[in-house]
Amino acid sequence: MISETRRRATRLALASAVLGLLTACASGPTASPSDPLEPMNRSIDRFNTAVDEAALKPLATAYKKHTPDPVRTGVRNFFSNLGDVWSVFNNVLQLKPKQALETSARVAVNTVFGLLGVIDVASDMNLERNKEDMGQTLGYWGMPPGPYLVLPLLGPSTLRDAGGTAVEITVGDPIGQINDPWTYGGVFGLRLLDRRASYLQAGEMLNEVALDKYTFTRQVWLQKRRSDVYDGDPPDEPELPDNRQSLPAKPAIKP
Amino acid sequence: MLSRRLLMGVVIAASMGTSPLWAADEAPDVFVRRFTSEMMELVRSDKMIKAGDLNYIATVVDARVLPHLNFQRMTAAAVGPGWRQTTPEQKSRLQEEFKILLVRTYSGALTQISDQTVTVKPLRGSATDTEVLVRSELKGRGDPIQLDYRLEKTPGQGAGWKIYNLNVMGIWLIDTYRSQFAEEINAKGIDGLINTLAERNRSNAKK
Repeated sequence: MISETRRRATRLALASAVLGLLTACASGPTASPSDPLEPMNRSIDRFNTAVDEAALKPLATAYKKHTPDPVRTGVRNFFSNLGDVWSVFNNVLQLKPKQALETSARVAVNTVFGLLGVIDVASDMNLERNKEDMGQTLGYWGMPPGPYLVLPLLGPSTLRDAGGTAVEITVGDPIGQINDPWTYGGVFGLRLLDRRASYLQAGEMLNEVALDKYTFTRQVWLQKRRSDVYDGDPPDEPELPDNRQSLPAKPAIKP
Repeated sequence: MLSRRLLMGVVIAASMGTSPLWAADEAPDVFVRRFTSEMMELVRSDKMIKAGDLNYIATVVDARVLPHLNFQRMTAAAVGPGWRQTTPEQKSRLQEEFKILLVRTYSGALTQISDQTVTVKPLRGSATDTEVLVRSELKGRGDPIQLDYRLEKTPGQGAGWKIYNLNVMGIWLIDTYRSQFAEEINAKGIDGLINTLAERNRSNAKK
């Protein structure tokens, strides 16, 4: 019990330390209004890339190479099923009863009939996953995303989403219930590996398609999160002036 | 998982094309449904596309996809305000390099197309609109993929619709390039952007 409380406290402290550090950082001279924390973000991004290249990517590549497809699918389904629990909770917080029910039915079906989530029976029954996290819940209730933020090890986020992530890590992650530190570490590591492995192909694509990986990732991330908050149907956004565009701004171009 | 489906969605959407025969005033949602189905059929039945032959895919895209895009408008939107200051020659080079970049990048995901089906959502807005948003969903194994299109009506009777932007899982394709292009133009000018694109395409081709 004590160790449980202490571990939670440690994780919360860690999360708030990261947030505190981030908000305390001043923005540099090259910062743009659309990304005030850019200089800091870029250095954290470089750190993340270094860690990824040195450890995560090689491990994930080996994992993908040496495990059969069905095993990896089972692992992925298992963690997705755990994640669905948090989605149910956030659907409730967003007053979406239909989605909350549908997603809880998914969890029930997959847990009971799908060997604790390893087999995704619910998808075959057309029970859709309605993915919601705490950042989306905060956005749903009107909280703006705040500045773009690259978190150490966790990657792209925003100030709002980082808060959501901190809550999730502290109280919303079922893996956090595991008491044995070795089991916890093992399961946590496997989940990390599974996630990284699923992005291997996209990572390769990013290398080819992006002129600047940092800017590309930021654009994709911010758009995706805004879309997620509005469940894929966001209102039109007024064109944001980009102050670093040196040429004079003109009205929208009709070729 | 998510990223693979995203890739596939981009490809299906970007490779839509074909069929020169259409009804006099086809509704945009009908156009999208017909197109997506035809394109998926093409990819399923063509072994050379499945094999990922890049040169072949590029010719297919030129012949069957490009006629249904307003690619100039897409490039102009990605380039931003700077487009107005460009010469015709710069415009055509920008379009060419941008096209190569997109084809090269997304063709790899064509192998992902298998038994998905497309559902087009009911159209909003009025029948006289000349610019519309058509929302659709691809369903296969796993979570459905959101696939939305912005279409413009080509002037003239029965001239049909052209795609000028595309949204895969909440991400608008053209908007993704806008900031990167702006950074490049700001640092090195329009010719700098053209060179960067050309260089990237050359290095991609070597892989």
